Amino acid sequence: MVTLAQRVGAAPAQLATLVACLALAAYAAFFLLGDPALLRMLVWFAAAAVVHDLVIFPLYAGADRLLTAVLPGPKVNYLRVPALGAGLALLMFWPGIVRQGEVTHLAATGLDQEPYLGRWLVLCAVLFGASAVVFGARVGLRRLRA
Amino acid sequence: MKFRSPLRGPWLTSVLGVALLAALPLVIVTGLLDYVAYGPGQSIPGDVGLLHLPAIDWPTRPSWLFRLTQGVHVGLGLVLVPVVLAKLWSVIPRLFAWPPVKSPAHALERATLLMLVGGILFEIVTGLMNIQYDYAFGFSFYTAHYIGAWVFIAGLVAHVVLKLPVARRALRTRSLRAELRVPTTAPEPVDDGLVATDPAPPTMSRRGALALVGGGALFVATITAGQTLGGPLRDLAVLLPRGREDFPINRTAAAAAIEPTATGAAWRLALGDRSFSRVDLLRLPQHTARLPIACVEGWSTVQDWTGVRLRDLAALAGVPSPGSAFVESLDAGPFGRATLSAGQVLDPDALLALQVNGADLSPDHGYPARVIVPALPGVHCTKWVRSITFRDA
Repeated sequence: MVTLAQRVGAAPAQLATLVACLALAAYAAFFLLGDPALLRMLVWFAAAAVVHDLVIFPLYAGADRLLTAVLPGPKVNYLRVPALGAGLALLMFWPGIVRQGEVTHLAATGLDQEPYLGRWLVLCAVLFGASAVVFGARVGLRRLRA
Repeated sequence: MKFRSPLRGPWLTSVLGVALLAALPLVIVTGLLDYVAYGPGQSIPGDVGLLHLPAIDWPTRPSWLFRLTQGVHVGLGLVLVPVVLAKLWSVIPRLFAWPPVKSPAHALERATLLMLVGGILFEIVTGLMNIQYDYAFGFSFYTAHYIGAWVFIAGLVAHVVLKLPVARRALRTRSLRAELRVPTTAPEPVDDGLVATDPAPPTMSRRGALALVGGGALFVATITAGQTLGGPLRDLAVLLPRGREDFPINRTAAAAAIEPTATGAAWRLALGDRSFSRVDLLRLPQHTARLPIACVEGWSTVQDWTGVRLRDLAALAGVPSPGSAFVESLDAGPFGRATLSAGQVLDPDALLALQVNGADLSPDHGYPARVIVPALPGVHCTKWVRSITFRDA
């Protein structure tokens, strides 16, 4: 016999939690009714998830597959780790690096966004450089021991 | 799409999940505290029904309170970005699971997952853009970030209630301490979706993956903490606007359209029906206090402020025990006025500052006079003050 819980797919307590949490979100969203920017907010909310899942993830996963195909084995990490650091910094500090919001940045701080791109490039050089040094040191040590 | 990483599995996902579960409540509570810190009637967005912490008189002590709460909110939020991305990486096969909906309850769960994932990414994106002054989204940051947080909270509660038992079981399958001691690469036992059935050869141990995520968090901390902590660390915040100056400006005089003529010799401070020139104010007893000023964007700085105590001004205005004070600026913008509570007016270090670090305020820092109150959100430390109205208790 199929129980109600089986048909619904959850125990009553779980179902109650889901309904209560959806109700809380609906209550929060209620305060946006009448906000002329509501549609924009919804678009950005959905886009945040979609862009991550369907653009950023495939991009970095694809790049990683290429990288591991060219450099199989753990050696790939000497490129992978600094690349992830550089990518993370680019993603998080994108507005400054691509100079998006120049006017509000200037009004808020009295400074322009000119330095960020160069600083990010220096950061990339530091990350890849440090990785190269670690790689070189490890290879050197192994040779010394051999 | 085929997911082949030999690392994915319920244990790794649970470790990342527990790390987030330990840290996210701190980000959430400090964010909600910030809403309260703005003071009654001044929080943004205005009407949020029951969705706020109990209104309290935001204290002035310790003077670094707002620096701490907002520093933790923004700083920890930033540090968690790589952990969130790793967590999403670890569960991505589930997104493409087929069939997408297995039962009515499963449909509801997927709706709460959209609240969870969309919510945290929305909070990260809007928060990151706000601290970099990029408003390309075209809506009110305050409203969107606050309501978005509650949608995320709802998603998080549902996820924790549903998944905590699963995570507990998964965490019992391996010892974290043992994993950290010895590198392992063998996949976890095949489950119903996370573990690859056809894993690629390993390139990184489980321990290596955890070190990578932790290292990512440490890396972000290194290049962001300086905007809050100041000192030599500030120079390391190379990609943040508030890493560039030890005493950052928030809103320039030009942006606030402050005319030099309005702040020159003709400037007067109105206190009820009395008015004071800057020279008059400099003749009053001066008090110096070393106080932090901290912004909702997480950055802060500590400076030596000198000026007239607000409580002295209240006495001069004939309201020695005020219930509140209403401060107005020459700045016609949204933060050109603020209401201070009685506690904020009467604190011995609460000042109408005329000087900072022994020199007159610069135009961008609020010349001829600005408010500085311990633990008051920076945006309420009104610059270019033109009047203060002390109200009876």
